[in-house]
Amino acid sequence: MKTNDVILQTMTNVVLFIVLIFSIFIFFNGHHEPGGGFIGGLMTSSALVLLLLSYDLETVKKVLPIDFKIVTAIGLLVAVGTGMGSFLFDAPFLSQTYDYFTFPVLGELELATALLFDIGVYLVVIGITLTIIQTIGEDK
Amino acid sequence: MINILLNTSAVIISISIFVGLYRVVKGPSMPDRVIALDMIGINLISLVAVVSLILETTAFLEVVLLLGILAFIGTVAFAKFIEKGVVIERKRD
Repeated sequence: MKTNDVILQTMTNVVLFIVLIFSIFIFFNGHHEPGGGFIGGLMTSSALVLLLLSYDLETVKKVLPIDFKIVTAIGLLVAVGTGMGSFLFDAPFLSQTYDYFTFPVLGELELATALLFDIGVYLVVIGITLTIIQTIGEDK
Repeated sequence: MINILLNTSAVIISISIFVGLYRVVKGPSMPDRVIALDMIGINLISLVAVVSLILETTAFLEVVLLLGILAFIGTVAFAKFIEKGVVIERKRD
């Protein structure tokens, strides 16, 4: 039986980018307000789950040729790397700092090294969630 | 005055959630329960908004958007399970 999912697929093409932008917003929001790497990663992976729901596994693997186990490894490497990076400045493991920088368009921003650790958490959460879902979704 | 109004609307939304819960428990077919669960999710969004007004904080505004997205994805997944028997297809014909 041939199914017709045109409403779901058109909805997904629009909603996917809204969810992705919301996840990036909630990821960068996490320093002073609710949010952070964990919930941002979960929102990104739920956007990709929406893509998996309205298309199928092989189409998603074709448009997004990423092995998510490697994403998990890169995330762990980034997290450990920010911890080790503090040795370069003669500081204890995982110590952090922040400073204010002025950008041409955005104006003055506060950049903290905790953001780099958060990127690691984000990648690990995306990798683990999508590895679990893709492994369960395959029926053999 | 505004506090009485907010408390009243919270109570009314709670009653609406209980009505949806009755449909989840009683509902004769599976789609009835899924629609009722979706309705409970949307009512929870409004309850969170009212509670954040009562507590006079903006810390819960992300929760509103998040519950909307999660209710949508959950309902789509349930609908696909009822329709086809699988949630994530391996290869579309």
